[in-house]
Amino acid sequence: MKTARHGAASSRLRPVADGAFNLLVKEPGRFFALALDVFRAMFQRPFQWREFIQQSWFIVGVTVVPTVLVAIPFGGILSLQMGGLVRQLGAQSYIGATSVIAIVREVSPIVTALLVAGAAGSAMCADLGARKIREEIDAMEVLGINPLHRLVVPRMLACAFIALFLNGLVSVVGIVGGYVFNVLLQGGTPGAYLASFSGIAQLPDLYQAEFKAFVFGLTAGLVAAYKGLNAKGGPKGVGDAVNQTVVITFMLLFLENTLISALYLQLVPAKGM
Amino acid sequence: MGVEIRVEGLTKRFGRQTIWEDVSLTLPAGEISVLLGPSGTGKSVFLKTLVGLLKPDRGNVWIGDRNLPQLPEDLLYETRKLFGVLFQDGALFGSMNLFDNIAFPLREHTKKNESEVKRIVQEKMEMVGLIGAEGKLPGEISGGMRKRAGLARALVLDPEIILFDEPDSGLDPVRTAYLNQLIVDLNAQIGATFLIVTHDINTARTVPDNIGLLFRRELIMFGQREMLLSSEEPVVRQFLNARRVGPIGMSEEKDISELEAEAKLGSDPGKLPPIAPQLMPSDGRIRPTQHAPGSWLRAHGVTPPPGSFIDDLGRDWVQEWPRYVASMGASAGRGL
Repeated sequence: MKTARHGAASSRLRPVADGAFNLLVKEPGRFFALALDVFRAMFQRPFQWREFIQQSWFIVGVTVVPTVLVAIPFGGILSLQMGGLVRQLGAQSYIGATSVIAIVREVSPIVTALLVAGAAGSAMCADLGARKIREEIDAMEVLGINPLHRLVVPRMLACAFIALFLNGLVSVVGIVGGYVFNVLLQGGTPGAYLASFSGIAQLPDLYQAEFKAFVFGLTAGLVAAYKGLNAKGGPKGVGDAVNQTVVITFMLLFLENTLISALYLQLVPAKGM
Repeated sequence: MGVEIRVEGLTKRFGRQTIWEDVSLTLPAGEISVLLGPSGTGKSVFLKTLVGLLKPDRGNVWIGDRNLPQLPEDLLYETRKLFGVLFQDGALFGSMNLFDNIAFPLREHTKKNESEVKRIVQEKMEMVGLIGAEGKLPGEISGGMRKRAGLARALVLDPEIILFDEPDSGLDPVRTAYLNQLIVDLNAQIGATFLIVTHDINTARTVPDNIGLLFRRELIMFGQREMLLSSEEPVVRQFLNARRVGPIGMSEEKDISELEAEAKLGSDPGKLPPIAPQLMPSDGRIRPTQHAPGSWLRAHGVTPPPGSFIDDLGRDWVQEWPRYVASMGASAGRGL
């Protein structure tokens, strides 16, 4: 009797344990295995330049407009929020400096992450997933072509490459947006904004932001490839894969952002005023 | 001239579920073989294991002197160039038109210039009857055309082995008949080893030189067509005659008690239908690997069901064959 109940409990717990094991060990394991394979395929010749350029152009197409449209209000809201705070502290002359540092260090990587995960990653995953369920990937392997080398490597590198530019774009648009909001809506003086422009910000801030963007691009590309190439179960499977890609990429990118920022603040001394 | 595939003790599991166990068979070089089985017996999985898309849990797949499951990745990709595979829906690349699809393997693997690529692609498109559809996208054409385009792409690297995953699924009977004729003609023309995975009985009865039957997680039987078509083995008999009475049930295998009840009722599995003559290449020539009708039956002392080997014109092919071979030889002589 007792053993029977015990057996029932363990049979109910078993799927939970299997699920947890799958989530914590198997899935990350498979993901890293794919990442290693992709890394190896990266050095295989010939490099697929054509695919790389086509994919870069495709990613530009799906990300540029939303990036600009997200960057303007982001820059504006920062000016509005910080403008009040800075004025209360009596540091109006540093309004430009705070705005620049916030945008270059944090806002632009975050906006880049949003767009790279939400627009580029999802599109890439949908593309690969559709190819997978239509057996195009299998067909390619049977034709003796490694899909990681032919499809995934150029997509991942294109994603990282374009993320670099998106980051720059967000910085520029965000700063211009901040300037406009500050000067036109808050009655700030153009001179104060521009004079303190490089008050706190320094060149390494931009480097770390670009580094973040590059890592984000690689991560988004890998997750999209992993989820897309493992899509199964027809069109619904592709939908699920895209959904998971976006969610997982977001979580990973925000985690990476925190880690890189923490490291940066430890490693690079702040500029004295 | 075709390559032999030797499969030894192949076993495949997904998790705790065994798909099939201990499958051993030899696909003779240059011959057409059909692998039959009820839906869901892992026929497509078997096909994917043969090309190394899935790794078996146990067993060997020998292609010449290479054992596919043990090959390192670069050699595996190299060996796959021997294969041409026709997937269920053609598996064409959706973003490319038919010409680019068929040219794809040539552009990736050979250094041929564009005019040569064009010539080869045109030749293969003519073989499968797709001239004039070069610029169409896979989404714009019918299922039958997609299959033929997929076949043309599989043929473009002159494979030694061609695998067909359900060539007749989703096609009407007329198109299926055309495709079957195309398969036989191709075999006569290029002499590669063919394996067709299907559950279409008509295809199985008329096209192949050899038939295999997968059922209940194992290979029930594999051998020359005459061996299976004259077999009294209940599963083989039920499947090849598409009957309800027998070991194959609607969902899974019927359980033993149900079978016993059926046996008590004395339900008759039916008479074996006559063995149809094998489909000939459309130009009437004899495929080099074709067996003479009735040769296996004679060698094993089996009497075929009455009416076997008689075609629409009423000719008995067992008697006709030697004369036919002689006349083909003579006409070939005249041709020279």
